[in-house]
Amino acid sequence: MQELRNRAKELLADGTVVRILGWRAGDLPYNPEPAYFQSAEELDDFVYNGFCGANLSKYMIEASKLEGKTLVFLKPCDTYSFNQLLKEHRVDRDKAYIIGVGCKGKLNAENLKKLGIKGVQSISGAELSDPCDTLTVQTIYGEKTCSYADAMLERCHVCKGKEHMVYDELIGESKDTKDADRFAEVEKIEKMSPEEKFAFFQSELSKCIRCNACRNVCPACSCRKCVFDSTKFDSSQKANVDSFEEKMFHIIRAFHVAGRCTDCGECSRVCPQGIPLHLFNRKFIKDIDTFYGDFQAGEDTETKAPLTNFTFEDVEPSVVAERR
Amino acid sequence: MSIEKNEEFRPKIVAFCCNWCSYAGADLAGSSRLSYPADVKIIRVPCSCRVNPMFILRAFEKGADGVIMCGCHPGDCHYSTGNYYARRRMTLLFSMLDYIGVENGRTRVEWVSAAEGVKFSVTMNEFVEKIRSLGENVRLGDLRCRN
Amino acid sequence: MYKIAKEQLPSLYQAIAGSKELYLPIRNAGQVNFGPWSQDAEVDIDVLNSVKSPKDVFFPQSENLYTCEKNGKKLSIKPEELKNQDFVVFGMKACDIKGVEVLDRVFLAEPIDTFYAARRQHGIIVSLACHEPEETCFCKVFGVDAAEPGADVACWAVEDTLYWKPLTEKGEALTSELKDILSLADESDEAKVEEEKNAVRSIIEKLPYTNLSLEGWNKDALKEKFDSPVWEDLYKPCLACGTCTFVCPTCQCYDIKDYDTGHGVKRYRCWDSCMYSDFTMMAHGNNRNSQMQRFRQRFMHKLVYFPANNDGMYSCVGCGRCVAKCPSALNIVKVVKAFQSQGGDK
Repeated sequence: MQELRNRAKELLADGTVVRILGWRAGDLPYNPEPAYFQSAEELDDFVYNGFCGANLSKYMIEASKLEGKTLVFLKPCDTYSFNQLLKEHRVDRDKAYIIGVGCKGKLNAENLKKLGIKGVQSISGAELSDPCDTLTVQTIYGEKTCSYADAMLERCHVCKGKEHMVYDELIGESKDTKDADRFAEVEKIEKMSPEEKFAFFQSELSKCIRCNACRNVCPACSCRKCVFDSTKFDSSQKANVDSFEEKMFHIIRAFHVAGRCTDCGECSRVCPQGIPLHLFNRKFIKDIDTFYGDFQAGEDTETKAPLTNFTFEDVEPSVVAERR
Repeated sequence: MSIEKNEEFRPKIVAFCCNWCSYAGADLAGSSRLSYPADVKIIRVPCSCRVNPMFILRAFEKGADGVIMCGCHPGDCHYSTGNYYARRRMTLLFSMLDYIGVENGRTRVEWVSAAEGVKFSVTMNEFVEKIRSLGENVRLGDLRCRN
Repeated sequence: MYKIAKEQLPSLYQAIAGSKELYLPIRNAGQVNFGPWSQDAEVDIDVLNSVKSPKDVFFPQSENLYTCEKNGKKLSIKPEELKNQDFVVFGMKACDIKGVEVLDRVFLAEPIDTFYAARRQHGIIVSLACHEPEETCFCKVFGVDAAEPGADVACWAVEDTLYWKPLTEKGEALTSELKDILSLADESDEAKVEEEKNAVRSIIEKLPYTNLSLEGWNKDALKEKFDSPVWEDLYKPCLACGTCTFVCPTCQCYDIKDYDTGHGVKRYRCWDSCMYSDFTMMAHGNNRNSQMQRFRQRFMHKLVYFPANNDGMYSCVGCGRCVAKCPSALNIVKVVKAFQSQGGDK
């Protein structure tokens, strides 16, 4: 962390960048927030640890509109989003100085609660320099320990790899965290009967409170005005009037990012109701892989996206019915 | 409005037809005096590519029991390639609907040219029959639109 | 005071539900929210905070106001019926009850919101004292005693017993209906409850936010706070989502919309969020056209405007939901602290 801070100070001092986009220490052990830093003094609050899960590529859309260059710290998975945004001309590569930071998996404070750890006072074992095998948590109710992997975000268990897709320099070491198959959950649902599938999604989506956090945090959702925010639209972007509204919103949202979603997992991370929203995106990713060949959004900035492309031999939509 | 018990279920079917092929195909079916059920309501679109997934979901929301999209045969698109994009889009959407547990016979894509009046009529008859067997759409409708 | 063994609770729920609707914390797909009780619902009274606050029992996220039906050339308008049956909300925490007090100030003041008033009139609140408060809690800052909740009936869950103490006439009436299931508590039970209260209070003293100071948050500081440059810096991580407003027990803004059913119109209202770009949108556009202004509105409303109009009552109750749920880890505590440190630097 000190290394990152020092490097940021250097780049600020020599005028390479005018601001730094990183994470500022929170007031609880697990809530650092994305923040801009403009001076060396402000950088004293800079942190980078296991709780810095936020994908800063999203903030680069706004930062690209500002004067001067921004130093941004991107984790391996964030660089996919950055590349994708670059491809869509949403960010300006010339206005970004990218330091690729190492990643040993990111943590979810909600998971601590699920493990029965509450009244958190301090957490150790979540620094990048730690081995990241166990977390030791001091709570009001005594000291608790848990395995690092158990507190990790879902997306880290199915990590795409710790290689940065775009960067100016790299700092910090990474650790492989992948221990599950990315499509296992999707396949499990595909095998269900229509009734079971419907019951599963009905139960999950009935929790949706239409807060739009999934949309607003999504780096692929970069429209200036979302179709769901249109006042001429008689469905509302904020009402959970009828179970249909949630279904419509989540299907359409997933569709709008299909072929552009890098599977960064931010939607699932931020959902206050813990809805596994990645299941929608991954279904599209899996289908695209099956029908049109393997494709990973954000791997590069040139390849045509699957939905703005076609071949004469593409499968017919009837394939869906025939598969069963 | 109550439905009498002995009354047959009349599904509401929305058919999106492209202006250049399928809509002309429907016209031909009409002028050739081929019949297809009046349950099918045609919406003319400039190209099958104009149909975005929201159209399909909206149709279901407002009470459709089945939605069918018809366009020019691949290779014959008036705008050269529109239907190729539409094909990918619909494949993914139908797969998603199947994934969330919507009966997959409720949606269909058929390529109908301007000369295929017979195909249009046969397709619509088949599709209506299929939806009749599936019954009312309860999984994708908005409850507020029902009485 | 009365008591009932915790393992007997299902029969208590059943007894209440026999004559009234019963809302209580229910776990569905991993998350606990207040919902109507049913035989196969998974009740979870051990969880500290439900994800959504129980305010939606009194002020639902979406509710229909009236329906217009078109039949030929005839148009009929049918208002939605008001709540006319008694119902019970079980397991509300002290902070959420304080939240209802805040809502009362808004909806029961002239002009009275009849939908809300009917629900308040027919609702019987059974509260539940907190057992293990968490680091996100700061209800003490707003004068809430988590160990001694108000409402119609107060409950304490100590070990494997639930203690039940009616506090109002409504509560007494409900208790007398449940006489067969509840048994009378004796002095040793009272002592146990006292002990639990003290234990909870001593935990609250140790919580990190307990001593948060709200000094300087009042109407006299309105202009100074409003014009502060701190907001420009604070709002930056905000994603403009509605999570904080929708999990909040006191946020009370709503929007009224029409839904075209194809054979008429349903006019409904739904919660609105001051974080949304269409909040208070008018024909000429929007009053607050930057995210900074919207962000500022939320906190100024809670900590300055609301107390200025309501005898100093803040419209935050310290439940900590926004602290736990904000995707960008922003929250009202960080806002208060940011102003403190700014004051300290000077």
